[in-house]
This record gives sequence, C-alpha cells and structure tokens, in this order.
Amino acid sequence: MSDITNNSLTEIVELIKKKEIKSEEVTTAYINNIKKGKKLNSFISESFDIALKKSQIFDANPNFDSLLPGIPLAVKDLFCTNGVRTTAGSKMLENFVPNYESTVTANLWSEGAFLLGKLNCDEYAMGSSNETSFFGNVMNPVKENTVPGGSSGGSASALAANMTPATIGTDTGGSIRQPASFTGTVGLKPTYGLCSRWGIVAFASSLDQAGPMAKTVSDCALMLEAMSGFDPKDSTSINRKKENYSKKLTKNIKGLKIGIPKEYRVEGMPNEIEEIWEKGKKILKEEGAEIIDISLPHTEYALPTYYIVAPAEASSNLARYDGVKYGFRSSNGSNLIEMYENTRSEGFGDEVKRRILIGTYVLSSGYYDAYYLKAQKVRQLIKNDFDNAFIKVDAILTPSTPSAAFKIGEKKDDPISMYLNDIFTVPANLAGIPAISVPAGSDKNNLPLGLQLIGKPLGEQTLLNLALSIESKSNFTQNISKWWEK
Amino acid sequence: MLIDKDKIKHTAKLARISLEEKQIDSLSKDLSNIFNFIEKLSNINTDKVNPLTSILDQGLRTREDKVTDGEIRDKILENSPSKNEEFFIVPKVIE
Amino acid sequence: MNNEKSKYLIEGSQGKWEVVIGLEVHAQVTSKSKLFSGSSTTFGADPNTQVSLVDSAFPGMLPVINKHCVEQAVKTGLGINAQINSYSVFDRKNYFYADLPQGYQISQFKNPIVGEGEITLDLKTGTKKIGIERLHLEQDAGKSIHDLDPSNTFVDLNRSGIALMEIVSKPDLRSPDEVSAYVKKLRSIMRYLETCDGNMQEGSLRADVNVSVRKEGDQKLGTRCEIKNVNSIKYMQMAIEHESKRQVELLESGVSIVQETRLFDTKKNETRSMRSKEDAHDYRYFPDPDLLPLILDKDLIEKIKKNLPELPDQKKERFIKNYSLSSYEANVLVSEKEVAAYFEEVIKIADKKLSINWIIGDLFASLNEKNISISESPIKAKQMASLISSISSGLISGRAAKEVFEVMKESGGDPVKIIEEKGLKQKSDPKELENLINKILEENKDKVQQYKSGKDKLFGFFVGQVMKVSGGTANPQLVNDILKNKLK
Repeated sequence: MSDITNNSLTEIVELIKKKEIKSEEVTTAYINNIKKGKKLNSFISESFDIALKKSQIFDANPNFDSLLPGIPLAVKDLFCTNGVRTTAGSKMLENFVPNYESTVTANLWSEGAFLLGKLNCDEYAMGSSNETSFFGNVMNPVKENTVPGGSSGGSASALAANMTPATIGTDTGGSIRQPASFTGTVGLKPTYGLCSRWGIVAFASSLDQAGPMAKTVSDCALMLEAMSGFDPKDSTSINRKKENYSKKLTKNIKGLKIGIPKEYRVEGMPNEIEEIWEKGKKILKEEGAEIIDISLPHTEYALPTYYIVAPAEASSNLARYDGVKYGFRSSNGSNLIEMYENTRSEGFGDEVKRRILIGTYVLSSGYYDAYYLKAQKVRQLIKNDFDNAFIKVDAILTPSTPSAAFKIGEKKDDPISMYLNDIFTVPANLAGIPAISVPAGSDKNNLPLGLQLIGKPLGEQTLLNLALSIESKSNFTQNISKWWEK
Repeated sequence: MLIDKDKIKHTAKLARISLEEKQIDSLSKDLSNIFNFIEKLSNINTDKVNPLTSILDQGLRTREDKVTDGEIRDKILENSPSKNEEFFIVPKVIE
Repeated sequence: MNNEKSKYLIEGSQGKWEVVIGLEVHAQVTSKSKLFSGSSTTFGADPNTQVSLVDSAFPGMLPVINKHCVEQAVKTGLGINAQINSYSVFDRKNYFYADLPQGYQISQFKNPIVGEGEITLDLKTGTKKIGIERLHLEQDAGKSIHDLDPSNTFVDLNRSGIALMEIVSKPDLRSPDEVSAYVKKLRSIMRYLETCDGNMQEGSLRADVNVSVRKEGDQKLGTRCEIKNVNSIKYMQMAIEHESKRQVELLESGVSIVQETRLFDTKKNETRSMRSKEDAHDYRYFPDPDLLPLILDKDLIEKIKKNLPELPDQKKERFIKNYSLSSYEANVLVSEKEVAAYFEEVIKIADKKLSINWIIGDLFASLNEKNISISESPIKAKQMASLISSISSGLISGRAAKEVFEVMKESGGDPVKIIEEKGLKQKSDPKELENLINKILEENKDKVQQYKSGKDKLFGFFVGQVMKVSGGTANPQLVNDILKNKLK
C-alpha cells in the first residue's frame, strides 16, 4: 500500500470523503513517521493517544461536511491547546498546560481536524533557524545538520518529513515564509487581522500573524479557509465574511500586474537567488501576467525598523512571565524582586533576553523618540511604499530568503547575520499585508529556494492563484530521503 | 552606538532580569553591534511623518457591559507555582 | 469677604509660605464588568472569583474595551465642563508588581479621552474655579495582602482590570479646606452622573496628592512631593498639613526638596518616603498594540450630552431661583442627588420653610446618628411631607411633631396613624381650650393675682400648665390668645 503520508492534504481529504481511507489509518501512518523521526526533533509534545481516540470517534460517526474531516494536525507550540502542554519553545513554559484553546486551533478542530502534537519552534518565536529553542535544535529534513529556518522550524520540518499533512505557524518577521523556503514547502502570512491572535503566545502584537504551512498551494488555501475568521475576543481582528479560498483557487492569472522591486536586489546576493527570481518572472509572464518594475524606496530601513518595533513590543508582552500565575518560578529569591529577576534570568534563553533588553532600552526614558517613535514613523513610510506600489500592481514578486538553508551552528554567534535572514520577509509584516512563499527551485547543493509574493491587504486569493501558477510550472521536486530513520 | 555595561545593568534592572558579569560583557558587545545596525534609521528625515498608529483602518471595536466571565477560580489558580485555595502566593517585597 | 484674611498660609520661622496642591483622583467607574474583560466588578467578592484568563494575563490573552466605561468617562468629562477628545489612544504603562499580572497597566498617556475642564467650588470665602488638566481611563490593579503570612504576600486579582477614571487637577488648590471641597464636589458630580459611587471606604475613590510650598507672593512653583493613595478626605487634609510643614522646615534650614513619592502613615500622622521609588519608575509608555485608537462618534457625544441629568451647579441655581433658598441651604440640599430629590418630593405637599428646617435639621441628624444615607431613611419623603403638613394644618403642634418624628426615625410609618395612636392631635377647639384654661386659672387664683399685679413671667407658667394638662396637645397659639384675653 502506498504511503498515505506522501499525499497532499487535499488528496487525503478527498480519500477520506470518498471513504477510501479511514481517519484512524491516516493518523496511525503519521504517528509512525513521527516515532521514527526523533532525530529531526521537530516535536515538543505528542498527543498520540488522544489523536487515535479522536480518529476512531470520527470513523464511527464521520461528518464529511467539514473542510478537514478526520485530519490529524500537529501545530506550532505557540498555539495554546486545551489540556495539552504549550511551551513556546521555552523553559519558562516547560510545564504549562493551558485550560483554554486558541481561536485558530479551535477553528481547525471545528472543521473536523484534531491535534497530533505540538511542534518545536524558536523560543517565543524569536529566531530564524530554530536554534534558540529550550528543547533543542530542529533539523531540516532536506539535509542533515541543516537548519529548517525559524521560528516555525519544527512546523516546516515536520511538514516536509511527512509527519503532519499540513500545519500552522506564526509569522512576525518571516517565521512562516522563511522556513517554508528552506524546506521546500508553502507558507502564507495572512493580512494582519485576518486570523485571530487570541490564545497565541504573543511575541510582537502589531506584527504577529498565524498562517498555514502546507506541501501544496491548494492545501494552503484549504488551511487558510479553515483557520481564518473574525474573533470578537481580538480587538485587532477584521470583521468580514470568510472567503472560500480553495473554491476560488485558479491558475488563471492573465492580466495580473506583478511588481519587481529594485531595492530587493541586495549587494552580494548569491547568483542562485537572482536566478530563481528570474525564473519566477518568466513563469508568470508566460502565464499571462505583466511584469512591471517598481520601487519600494524605504526597503533598506525595514530590518532596522523591525528590530526596534518587535523587541519593544516583545519586552512588554513577556513581562507577564514572572513566576506568579503560571510557568517556571526560580527557587532562588527571598523577596519579590529577586524572585522576578532569577525566574526571568533562568527561564528565558539568551536570544530572548537579548531582545527583551533591546526592547526595554528603545522604550526607555530619553530613547523613546529616537528609536521607537522614529521606527513607527519609518514603518508608516514603508507602508506608504506598498500602498503606492499597489496602485500600479496587483502583487509583488521577490525571493523569499537571501540564501538557502545554512548549517546548524553556522550563524549562531552572529546575531546580525541571523537577522539578515529576514530581509525580504520583514517588510510585509511591518505593512500588515499578506505574503506567501512557494518553492521554485533548488540551489547547487539541492537545497530548496522559495519565491515570495506580496499582496494587497486582504489579497490572499490573488497570492494563492499566483503561487499556484508558479507551483505548476516550476518543476520543483522535493527530494527527501528519510535519512533520519536510519 | 555603544551600549556600555552600566546601560546594560540599568536596562536589565528595568526588565527584572539578573545577569552575571560575563553575560553583561557579551550583551554589551551584542547590543552595541545591533544598535549600530539600527542607527541606520537616523539617516531618514521623518519630520513630516506621522507614526503608524494602527495597521488596520478601523477604530477600536467596543463590547457590551455584561458579565460574561469570572467565577473560575480553580482554573485561574491551578497553573500557579505557589498558591492556596484562594490566593496566588509570592515572596514579600522589601518595603 | 476679605479673602486675604482667610488665606491658608504656613507660618514659618522666616516668613509665610503658601501651599500649592494638585490632586490626581482615581475614581472607579460604575459598570457591571471590567474595562477590558467580562469579569464582574462587585465589591467584596471571594478572592480571585471575579477574575478571567484575561485579567490574570495568561499567554495569548487580549483586551476588548467595555463600551459603557467609555461612555461613563465621556459623561464625567461633560460633567466637569471638559473637552471630549474624539481621538484617544491606550498606552501601556510598564512596571513589575505582584498585583499587576500583565507586567503593565493599560492606561492613557499622550492622548487621553478627556482634555481640560474645570469645576467650581463653594468655599466659605466665596466661589473658586479649579482647573482640570485631563481625565483618562485606565485599569485598576489587584490587591496585595501583606499581613496574612510573615514571609509571603497573598495576591487577589478581583480588582485587577476594573475601570478607573484618573482625573488630574491643575495645581490650583491652596489649602486642606479647598481640597476637601474639591473632592466633595467631584464626588457629588460623579454620583449625580452615576459614573462613580464615590464610596471611599470601599476604595471607589482615592487620590494621589501633590504638595509643594512657596514663599507667599512667589509665582514660581516649588518642587513637589507626591503622597500616594490617600483614601479619605480627612487623611488628605492631615497629609497636606504635615507635608507642607515638613517642606517649609526643610527649606528654611537650607535643604532643597527632593522630588519623590511618599506615603501617608495614618497611625503616625506623617508622610514618609517610599523606598521602592528607585529608578524614577521609567514606565516606558507606548501605544498598546493590542488596541486600536479609540474614535468617538460626534453623535454619541451629543447624545450623551443631551441625556445628562441636571448637575449640582444647575440644580443649585434652580433651587435658589425657584424656591428662594439661600446659597447655604441650596448647597446642602444639592450635595447628594437623592437629598435634592427627597426635598423636591417633600415640598410638593409640605411647606417649604418647615421642610428645609426639618430635613437639614432633624432628618440629617438622625441619619448621621445611624450612619445611613437618605435612601436608607426609614422616613420616606411622602411620610416626611405628611408630618410637616400636619404641623402646618394645625393637626399637631411643633412639639408633638418632634415626638412623632422620634417614632418614625426608628420604624418609619404613617405619621397620621402615629398621631392617632399616641393621641397627639392638637386641641384646637376654642371652647375645649377655654374650659381647660378656666380650670387652670381657677386652681391658681393666687398666681393670677400676681400676674395681674405685674409678674409677667407667670404667663409662661400658665401656658405650661395648660400644656401639661392637655398632654402637650393644646394649640399653643390659641392657648396664648385665649390666656391673653382672660388675663387682661
């Protein structure tokens, strides 16, 4: 019997609906893969017993009217899942079991899916290689000892290694798109406000967005449809009717105008990145789109802006981790202040501490105007760039990352080199607009390279259609040998 | 931009994080580098620009004044590292 | 009125000093649920039972603002004649404390919901306008209980997240009396508007008091100290007296004032420095990214304005004009909305002058004695009116009315019934009275003789005897008239 886990999510849903396969079979197959895949370290928590039970309950009384009937899903360990440990990749929440469910995961479960396990990620979503997790590094299934990207590294890794049919991550500066690019999978960051942030461990509130990660664009559309929607519990949630992304998915992109921003051509960019970009342009042109050169003049300021705004918001969002209400509390500390200082010193890893300090500093007295206020002004300029561009074009094409996946440990000691991974992805977060990464080719070491499409606010359908077009013509094939099972 | 050790210590105090000497040294180095990188922003003139106040083009949504929550003390306390039946328990502040 | 004479000044060893005071009043908004969460706000509940996941800042929790609290702030702003800002922003005020679960308080820093306003005080020396800088909405913190355990603090988050209005005055206050009048007026306005119940014992109203001193005549402001969290007017006054003297002493001995936060120790009657003040509390304010700017519809503000109840100042003017009350009487009657309503209910039937005296005198005294409010008075307005009317109609005498009042103040009841039961009906039948009087005069022939030969004082004796014999129910005016007649 062929390996069901090789199929796309859409295919599996079809098979289940046609009663050609049972949910229990599907669930068991994924569980087996996970059990054999410990080397990748993509899982922090497993909920196999509950998943199997749920699959059996589904099979006994299947409801085929939902979007994800009987589908087991593993999710990034940033989503609070009721009764299942949620760690955010940190010692601070090592033993935290929420008694509530995030809105996004609740949406998935209400569409017939159920939880398979929680996926490894950079601590508090801070990182671009999944090397800051308290629970250890994650490996890229494409090649041993290679990073999967971050912060949704565990999600991308498990997805590419067939340990979950699809998954969800969060993207604050590129944390869905960059790992998708590194692992040859599809990852979408929706428009800010499209998916609810309620119940997601917060990193940077004005930038965080939950989004789908899947093997194909169709899968992505299906997941987005299931997870998105207005949430009255989130004041930044957009109140509008859900869209049927999968139904409206089409390869017909004739007449769409695609912008090519000259500022994304950075100095020292590897040839392969340039080539993949050209490949993307060619495909879209051949499929009927019009390629237009555009300028996003403030692009070079996006990364410094991000590294002021994100840490600032994070430093405040992480103030609640004080050992009082939940999570880790240090056993050192004879008074309240000592307890706080030791708890936070012992509970947070180095990258998190770095960012909290940066954030605290840029908000502090005497520095607020020069840093935080300044960054918010530049952010407006960056958003204006996009608003102006979208008068002329429907979407923007860029590479997803400045390089393919690098070796574990290669950039660990150089924070700035690590931060530069996000150079192409960060602007979309700052402007609150949607963006997708779709695999388009490989570099000379056979490591995947992704192309990014950035869209207008609430322009997800256009992005999905364009990505589908690239996917169908790129001839990208995932060549993963299950080396970790040896 | 040099973020010296005193600044690190002061900021860590504000953030309630205790640091060892060698951590202070490496953080001073790291943050100084990062702030050099961030300094780029001072090159742009933003005199006539308003800061981004909200990504969304909508005002703050409000909710009705109804009691819809609470009375879940067990749930609230159950995850605390130190509590009794009614309260969270923390070490005293030195006044 | 000579204002100079009654100016509040500290007599230092080197001259006279003026005290400059600014108040930051924290008023708990009257609402069913909290500012950003749906938990109840009822006072006195069991610890941590009025706490939601949002209030205790669990991972992933988000704030959603309570519409009613916004309207209450607008209402209050209109009540203090202030500018309502249709655009305002919520900021995070970042600091660490056990009763602050988020590690920040959601407040308003640069763009408050209400701007400048003013209220008018009625002082012994005349009226005075006190400027208000701003009013903003913010979350209240929880409670840290330090005395249940020697080495630990217990934390109750019931209060965490309740909506507060912070009302910041300009430094226009100059004496403990002015501060008292200011707080009372503010409280009165909010109680009228039902935006805050002003219950200081329950913590619904508390203030941070900013005090500085300067030589009499100086225009420049001195360095101020902030006395935090004072929860009674009496303590505010005591704290101001102590703090201003402390500052004068220091300045006169050549020591400059350190700007700092202090606490008022109610037992020792002194202010002392808060040791944990360090780091000048760098709050690192920034706009809360979980909340969008609050945009108020002009129509909403108009609607609230239109539906405002009559406020104390307006009611006072109306009372003075329509009822010919003195300023003092009007002030007393409008201080509480319920008292004003009671009064107006009573004078629908009863004589105005008598009503004023009975309400401000006897009724208030009995309420104070029992420490209850007029809404809790056993004597309802209708019954009070009935009692007063029975005096005006001559049904009973003033003296008898006092007796009836004594009964009513304990157990309420219909005064007419009580009059019946106690046989207190005034005897006003001239014939009946004449018989009584004749009898008295008969029995006291010698005294009659003495009166007629000049001992005028004996008139009172005769009146007294008639009263005694009639059980106090003889109509005093008639008795007077008839006696005068008979003793001619």
